Amino acid sequence: MTAVESEPAETPEQPLSAPLDIGFDYTRSVGPVLGRFMTALAQRRILGVRGSDGRVHVPPVEYDPGTAEPLEELVDVEAEGTVVSWSWVADPLPGQPVQRPFAWALIRLDGADTALLHALDTGGDPASARTGQRVRVRWADEPVGHIRDIAYFVPAADPPADAAPTAPAPPAAKTDADDGVIDTVITPVHLNYTHSASLEESRYLRALADGRLLGQRCPGCHKVYIPPRGACPTCGVPTTDEVELPDTGIVTTFCIVNVPFLGQRITPPYVGAYILLDGADIPFLHLVLGCEASEVRMGMRVRAAWRPREEWSTTLENIAHFEPTGEADAPYASYAHHL
Amino acid sequence: MTEVAVVAFAQAPNVRRTHGTTNGVEMLVPIFDEVYTRTGLSKTDIGFWCSGSSDYLAGRAFSFISAVDAIGAFPPIHESHVEMDAAWALYEAWLKIRMGEVDTALVYGFGKSSAGELRRVLSLQLDPYTVAPLWPDSVSIAALQARLGLESGRWTEKDLAEVAARSRRDATGNPRAQFGGETDVAALLDSEPVADPLRRHDIAPVTDGAAVIVLAAADRARDLTERPAVINGIDHRIDTPSLGARDLTTSPSTRIAGEAVGTDGVEIAEIHAPFTHQELIVRTELGLGDEVRINPSGGTLTGNPMFSAGLARIGEAAQRILDGDATRTLGHATSGPALQQNLVTVLERG
Repeated sequence: MTAVESEPAETPEQPLSAPLDIGFDYTRSVGPVLGRFMTALAQRRILGVRGSDGRVHVPPVEYDPGTAEPLEELVDVEAEGTVVSWSWVADPLPGQPVQRPFAWALIRLDGADTALLHALDTGGDPASARTGQRVRVRWADEPVGHIRDIAYFVPAADPPADAAPTAPAPPAAKTDADDGVIDTVITPVHLNYTHSASLEESRYLRALADGRLLGQRCPGCHKVYIPPRGACPTCGVPTTDEVELPDTGIVTTFCIVNVPFLGQRITPPYVGAYILLDGADIPFLHLVLGCEASEVRMGMRVRAAWRPREEWSTTLENIAHFEPTGEADAPYASYAHHL
Repeated sequence: MTEVAVVAFAQAPNVRRTHGTTNGVEMLVPIFDEVYTRTGLSKTDIGFWCSGSSDYLAGRAFSFISAVDAIGAFPPIHESHVEMDAAWALYEAWLKIRMGEVDTALVYGFGKSSAGELRRVLSLQLDPYTVAPLWPDSVSIAALQARLGLESGRWTEKDLAEVAARSRRDATGNPRAQFGGETDVAALLDSEPVADPLRRHDIAPVTDGAAVIVLAAADRARDLTERPAVINGIDHRIDTPSLGARDLTTSPSTRIAGEAVGTDGVEIAEIHAPFTHQELIVRTELGLGDEVRINPSGGTLTGNPMFSAGLARIGEAAQRILDGDATRTLGHATSGPALQQNLVTVLERG
């Protein structure tokens, strides 16, 4: 996953929000039926599967929708068929197969008894789509063994003079070395959100931009939370009274990170610790640097190491890490109930 | 086995966009308060908690765990979650009470649809091998279904506009609806299609919202409310995920669920239909005649909070009984593309 955050336009009354763009390559094993379907697509052939009642399903199903019997008799069908139903897309969404106005269509391929859902490019003209229309496959330039090897369909009789660009191929499918059948397909997925902080979190984040640590007290259990919360997890009510906290506290518990991972910014070994600020009841996770990892202990007194003021924004990253103050450790009994 | 009744229902205002977080606590805390006040229960009285929501709507993992904050879940509670409309969470809670494990349950659903692009996010509920990689959006799929009915003569564009006009008129009496008002069928039909053949009025709005229902064993229900709505029957069924392998103008899963619970004598039905033509399909499959009042709340076409709209249909159907306005009502919930999965429940005055 990747998250991209940027500074939003803000007013004090509005909660903070920022774009959240996430992406992931879904890697899926396909099994023998879909594996052979995908393998055929890479060869520009389309396979259906014969159901319990003799109907040919395209795309193939692994189990009969009526009897739930496992199905395995794959049969070739044509790359041409008939539109059963269609709907018009005036403004294509990201990722859709045609990036100009097009039709979604349920298409019954010749030799099939069920309909395949795919895109139909009519050159951007809605009047050129109709039920009963004969259409044929426009293959992707470089088939890889994926449903996107069918780039889209075009009218069989009168295809658009200017072909719509085909989308870039997804990552190549993986093939079983023994039988040459595709066993894994990869589908990249990207989604875009606006992520909102709660009102309570927004006050905390704005205070951070001023170099202040702002917690709130729960009106039910009187515990001081930093960050404050839309609902105290113990009491189920929003935290309310604001409490400004110092940038000093203790390590309640910690771990030494020895394992490298993607995106790691510090060379191991280093310490991730729960920091309990003086006056707070709930610790938060941060880094403890400025001493050997082996010297970090439960109860150790620490102070925030702030980044230069000109780098501050609405984030706890304004504090680069915590480092030891050299004061005497807090006795265990003083923080045992915060563990 | 123990009878189960709905004793309270509340829903957050249906709105196009909230400023709240995707974990829903801002919408949930006030409506939990509403049902506690009405029943006299507090969180420590609730035997089982079950919710419906989706991480895909929130754009982050385990968003439903953050929502548990709204409960105040300490000491630890008995809790479960479905990645579906909370109507299915209600089914799980109903089972818990039927089996005698608990005698009260609180069911909630929430979703901030406005955080992402809803119709695109919903592509990811489709078959992940041969359909979702094409990104067919939820509105386009419903439009394919609508055209099949239009061209086969099962319904007309006017039939669809009449569903929309009735829904908007009824929503004027529902203060939590997203919008409502008097509309002219001819004027609706004059508008241009936005996803040909669907027009704007055929498509439920994008809605942020939440809903909550409190269930109780029948012997406790009377202590909590004057007229509990007893769950007389509840059943859910699913059709094949292969969109091209079923007749999209029908809904066998709805029909079978309806037959299992028995829909005779229903006075009011709340149908979860995010598209006008889907209301007609569900009505037909449930055998609901003209004497049955459909969606007096305005229905999903005037507020479609994802993952709580189905629960809200059951809540609205129960509310008519809690209010003493009806003795036998029906709630329907749907999930998946083109009415793939359907739940039907019939409620009766206890």
